[in-house]
Amino acid sequence: MFAQLTQFESPPVDFFSLTPLFILVGGAVVIMLVTSLSPRPIPGWFSTAVSVAASAGAAVVAMVLWNDVRESGPYSTVSDAIGIDGFSLFFTVLVSLGVIATALVGDAYVRREHIAAPEFHALLLTAATGAIVMASANDLVVMFIGLESLSIGLYILAAMQFRRPHGREAAMKYFVLGAFSSAFLLYGIALVYGTTGSTSLIVIRERTSSLGAMVSPSELLIVGIALLLVGFAFKVAAAPFHFWAPDVYEGSGSPVSGFMASVAKAAAFAGLLRVVVVALGANEGDWAVPLAVLSAISIIVGAVMAITQNDVKRMLAFSSVGHAGYILVGVQAATAEGMSSALFYLFAYTFMVIGSFAVVSVIGWDNGHPIERYEGLAKRRPWLAGAFTVFLLAQAGVPMTAGFVAKFLVIKSAVAEEIYWLAILAMVASVITAFMYLRIVMAMWARDADVDDAPRLAVAPATAFVVAAAVAITLVYGIIPDSLIEFTRDAVPALVAGN
Amino acid sequence: MTMFASSATSSMPILTWLILLPAVGAALIAILPKSMPGLHRQLGVLFSGGAAGLSIYVATQFDTHSSGFQFETIQEWIPTLGISWHVGVDGISLWLVVLTGLIFPIVLAGIDPHGDEKSYTAWMLMLQAGSFGAFLALDLFMFFVFFEIVLVPMYMLISGWGYADRKYAATKFFLYTMFGSALMLVAMLTLVSLSAGDGGLTFDLVALAERQALGVNTARWLFLAFAFAFAIKVPVAPIHTWLPDAHTQAPTGGSVILAAVMLKLGTYGLLRFGLYLFPEASVHFAPLLVTVGVIGIIYGAIVATVQGDLKRLVAYSSVAHMGFIVLGTFAFTTQGISGSVLQMVNHGVSTGALFILVGMLYERRKTRAIDELSGIQKAAPIFAAVFTVSMLSSVGLPGLNGFAGEFLILIGSFETRRWWTVVAAAGVILAALYLLWAYQRVFHGEPTDADLETPEMRGSEALLMLPFIAAMVFLGVYPQPLLERIEPSVDALVTHLEEHTDYERPEDVVIVPSDEPDSSDEHVDESESEEEDH
Repeated sequence: MFAQLTQFESPPVDFFSLTPLFILVGGAVVIMLVTSLSPRPIPGWFSTAVSVAASAGAAVVAMVLWNDVRESGPYSTVSDAIGIDGFSLFFTVLVSLGVIATALVGDAYVRREHIAAPEFHALLLTAATGAIVMASANDLVVMFIGLESLSIGLYILAAMQFRRPHGREAAMKYFVLGAFSSAFLLYGIALVYGTTGSTSLIVIRERTSSLGAMVSPSELLIVGIALLLVGFAFKVAAAPFHFWAPDVYEGSGSPVSGFMASVAKAAAFAGLLRVVVVALGANEGDWAVPLAVLSAISIIVGAVMAITQNDVKRMLAFSSVGHAGYILVGVQAATAEGMSSALFYLFAYTFMVIGSFAVVSVIGWDNGHPIERYEGLAKRRPWLAGAFTVFLLAQAGVPMTAGFVAKFLVIKSAVAEEIYWLAILAMVASVITAFMYLRIVMAMWARDADVDDAPRLAVAPATAFVVAAAVAITLVYGIIPDSLIEFTRDAVPALVAGN
Repeated sequence: MTMFASSATSSMPILTWLILLPAVGAALIAILPKSMPGLHRQLGVLFSGGAAGLSIYVATQFDTHSSGFQFETIQEWIPTLGISWHVGVDGISLWLVVLTGLIFPIVLAGIDPHGDEKSYTAWMLMLQAGSFGAFLALDLFMFFVFFEIVLVPMYMLISGWGYADRKYAATKFFLYTMFGSALMLVAMLTLVSLSAGDGGLTFDLVALAERQALGVNTARWLFLAFAFAFAIKVPVAPIHTWLPDAHTQAPTGGSVILAAVMLKLGTYGLLRFGLYLFPEASVHFAPLLVTVGVIGIIYGAIVATVQGDLKRLVAYSSVAHMGFIVLGTFAFTTQGISGSVLQMVNHGVSTGALFILVGMLYERRKTRAIDELSGIQKAAPIFAAVFTVSMLSSVGLPGLNGFAGEFLILIGSFETRRWWTVVAAAGVILAALYLLWAYQRVFHGEPTDADLETPEMRGSEALLMLPFIAAMVFLGVYPQPLLERIEPSVDALVTHLEEHTDYERPEDVVIVPSDEPDSSDEHVDESESEEEDH
């Protein structure tokens, strides 16, 4: 018995490759320990600072690793369960930047809402760790662990606004539907394991591609893929699996909604790309058309539902459903070009949506975000209104913004695969959505708005910084997108064994 | 530093500066504090006037005998996608560039926006930069970016400084154009992806037009998508309904720019990205486009006749005038297309002037309703005289600019589109009808007390109108300097059509007669004497 135990060998772990994860988790631990053990109350900015520092550290290490990968190629570690490739590092950087932005915007938010700052930031960091694990996983079980760490963090973050009635409803809805979709995903994982005999994405890819060459794939594998698609569609909030999104975005605090729409969506797309597009790439015939249909439905539902809303947060929620559809346009193309266009879209969208929700978080301080509240914003806070206008026009796909380049790239990848119907549908729907964005713009710049008795809007410096940085990123990558396009081209999942 | 270094050679990127100068001005004005009244507008005039100076410099240095693109600059923009910053000017775009250069400083200096001059000036400068970009772009991506970006400043101008129904009109304007460009974007990407050869992707207009790599049916579909986008912008009936609303609700300055510059993006696009990129499809669909053009002429004229609002009347007259330009474009003769290009400038001058005058009238009387005005001539004879000249220029009276363009279009179309031309000629008479009738009701008749108190044109207003009147007379009497720069490029375009299709231009309407048809570019000198024959 004892002899057997000594014979157990832990898999070789390349600890440096996992440093971004350790830094993020370490940040969360530091926040919790220091604030609970300190005899005197620790001010809220401490948690924010640790959060920002940890994410910045993770991003820097990811850039160092990125250089290694470019020079000596991608590799895997921890028994091939974690892949270190351009794809996982791209998402490490993206998620870290998303956390920095959310933490800075959240700083003023937690103070205003009297939420415990340490918990907010610690959960943010653990959720981000889960998101990065999802993007790095070379194994279905590891990916599921990442997904659950992300989701559980988000369930609690969504519930933090429990003093508001909508907040409780949102948290409950998110938890129940999130668990429901995780079940779908888990069942899909089980069926894929059953047919291929492994949970390793590397092995799955080998076996499915050899299967595909010899015999038609078994029905069980197709069912497994379908369940995986449903699970991921829930997580990315693609229609018709989007019903939780408007209520949850509306009921959660604005910084949390921004985090869900950016980081959580990005992580779910990372999982989708890694598992379905790359590992099950041989079964393209089974998932490409369903994804195209999901994409079309999301774009239509996002557009049509968004224009009927009167609440800005719900508008942004439905538009986020639509954006999931646009990203799927790139994913369903099932090409390297399509994948990199989806990554570009995710990167651009992250900053547009975090910026938008940062503005929303400044404007809205209690329940509901009716569009009337934005009337005359240009008179009260011209720069804030200008920034929001940039975010909205970028989401509408107006040139000179990253949103346009993103849309341009996904449509281009669909056209290159000659999927014209989806390209035309996506572009026409973007006109419908533009109407909704213009409504908000119009309200903000209304000349005749009476703003004399409107309460003064306080913009915290940290929030202003995030908004300004997001505007800069949106405009810079809208005008000179070349470096980001190259970054996304290098960021393809490798799925290679060993180091 | 680079600017000075390169200015020693002839490759100074003057066209790039033309786009950047107003954009820089807009950025500068945006960051200046609001508390400096007057300064914003002066800076706006300065920057747009600087661009005007550059555009005139381009026109004076323009090589009259060359049909190709001049002052070209190519700079890599997004090399991973084969997109470059490629600008150049030829005879087709030259005068639109000059028009864009000149009209913005005039509008900024002469027309009071009534409120928030800072943002107004910044948006105007952005609009100028975007319009320059669209007219100068020789890269499909770049053109699309500018074609679409100009929507934003125009939208802001209409919704911010317009009249009562401005929100509806601005949104409609934005969405209509965006719908057209949505389809155009897909078509553009299809074209690029199907034309990709050994050299990889390219969005370069010249390369794509010379390559002509598409199958006939594909090219026709793509042409339809492009043409649809431009037809919305022109606009041709029945997709014109955004125009009367946008024009009527826009502030005077916005209306002038909309008519003078932005509508031209549609007709210019048809020439540059329709005929040049898709010669076969253009020939195939020419009957369709000529028909919608002629429908626009007649429909616009009839609807203009029954308008009760003077500004709406001018707006509908635009629909009619733009119909002529479409007709001339798809006549595929050098005269027809040259006439269209000239008419684009003419329409900008005369319709711009009419919008300014209607704006002045509204400022005086707070109404534009024709039946509330009467006998203004008695109270304001100079105003009435200026209005008469502008109106007659729009009608196409010989000796004023409208005549030169319409006449060329009609002769040029007669050979190839005879019956359409006959119907279109009736449109000239209708134009006289609706404009003269409106003039008669507003300026003649028995004035009421309110009419008698209508103030006369002020000195500053007369100064504003002076360049317009001068241009009307000059272009009407002596359009030759424009035409001799327009024609070589147009002739090359018609030759391009002949090379890539089985279309052959009728020989007797070649305005530049050529003994050796293969070297038609070199006969521009003779065009002056030869034109007398027609």
